[in-house]
Amino acid sequence: MTGASQDPVLEVGAELPPLTVPVTRTLIVAGAIASRDYQDVHHDPELARAKGSPDVFMNILTTNGLVGRYITDHFGPAAVLRRVAIRLGVPNYPGDTMVLSGTVTEVDGDTVRIGVRGENRLGTHVTGTVTLTVAPAPPAGAPVPPATPAPPSGSGS
Amino acid sequence: MLSERQEGELGARLKEFEGRAAAVAGVGKDPVNAPMIRHWCEAMGDTCPAYTGPGAIAPPTMLQAWTMAGLAGQAGPPGRTEAFGELLALLDAAGCTSVVATDCEQEYARPLRPGDVVTFDTVIESVSDRKTTRLGTGYFVTTRTDVRVGTELAGTHRFRILKYAPTAGKSRENTPKHRRPRPVVNRDNAGFWEGVARGRLLIQRCTGCGTLRHPWLPGCNACGCLEWDTVEAGGGGTVFSYVVMHHPPFPAFDPPYAVALVELAEGVRMVGNVVGVPYDKVRIGMPVEAEFRRYGTDAGDEGDGDGPFVLPVFRAREGS
Repeated sequence: MTGASQDPVLEVGAELPPLTVPVTRTLIVAGAIASRDYQDVHHDPELARAKGSPDVFMNILTTNGLVGRYITDHFGPAAVLRRVAIRLGVPNYPGDTMVLSGTVTEVDGDTVRIGVRGENRLGTHVTGTVTLTVAPAPPAGAPVPPATPAPPSGSGS
Repeated sequence: MLSERQEGELGARLKEFEGRAAAVAGVGKDPVNAPMIRHWCEAMGDTCPAYTGPGAIAPPTMLQAWTMAGLAGQAGPPGRTEAFGELLALLDAAGCTSVVATDCEQEYARPLRPGDVVTFDTVIESVSDRKTTRLGTGYFVTTRTDVRVGTELAGTHRFRILKYAPTAGKSRENTPKHRRPRPVVNRDNAGFWEGVARGRLLIQRCTGCGTLRHPWLPGCNACGCLEWDTVEAGGGGTVFSYVVMHHPPFPAFDPPYAVALVELAEGVRMVGNVVGVPYDKVRIGMPVEAEFRRYGTDAGDEGDGDGPFVLPVFRAREGS
């Protein structure tokens, strides 16, 4: 369905459109430096190998930032992140692709909880929960008013 | 390796660090500022308008970045206590020299804006018992950092690292190729493996009552008779049951792969890999045909002096 990202469905079980993140060497290094993390395993392949890793790998702060971005991309700038809790699994190595997906797990008034998962070709890179505040929801059971003036029917957008 | 007693003593010493401060009155190296926010957003590909222009806030997930020591801070983040250094040194001395972050939990109390000067205090919340993980054996250390602007709490940041002793030869690219384990051949099953080496699947048959059996055993389960001969299996069978092996990864195997219990047409069951179909297409009842694969012929497999060997595998039949 088009326009889903502009009109997030806020029901438990609703799925967010996935976000595909190409895990480039540039992203890994840029994310590490932007988060002021100069651990060599995040930018120096030779030293990473000496420590038993096949290559450099993404740091947890970058994963955290990407998870936050995934949620605010979807809910827009008015949404406020309250809590981001993540656990790492397999590493994000250069050349891989991570697909972030999210499912609404709880809706309590204007507070929404999303279960987030990031998969790459090795398996699950990250699992987590994001809690955010969105624009106040209508009372339970009330008809849902359109967020923007309703487009003419059959607009096909 | 530590003895059990040494391990117990270390565990007790590590527990004493719980509740102690890891950083006291640390001050962020830079106030919250627009250039660092912009660099972060560029790296993350984050175009959220809340992070730019007048009234911009910092991306909440940057919380930890404002507390980081950076390239100049080899001694650790600002405000780091001796206690935390001692804890890390104790783990280093126990061989747990590698570190990896496993968990990050952040709660945001108020947004950070350019100009905010961040201060923080970190406490060692817990040190786990000794754990064996995919990476190696070690200890999880959990810290909690309260980040403030003035006296106001901006957020809390709970961080868990694993300090571990890397498993020897962990790097797959730096270690010689692992050889597939050879079958264990003993005087009870030698006949079976001799058959396999010649491309024949031999089933034991009790000469007392005629019952077929597999795996090979000295006596008959049905009548107890110790005399036997063999019949050659036709090779056809069906998948009676199976598992898909994902974890843990064994050297020389490439998970995920399917391991099936195949019921041969003759009625006995035999364990083997299913080939010719992806692991997730294996199904109970799937018809299969035995074939023989030679292992130990790769260059990397040479040198153990035992030479190549043959294993039976089961190929999914066409159209199944």
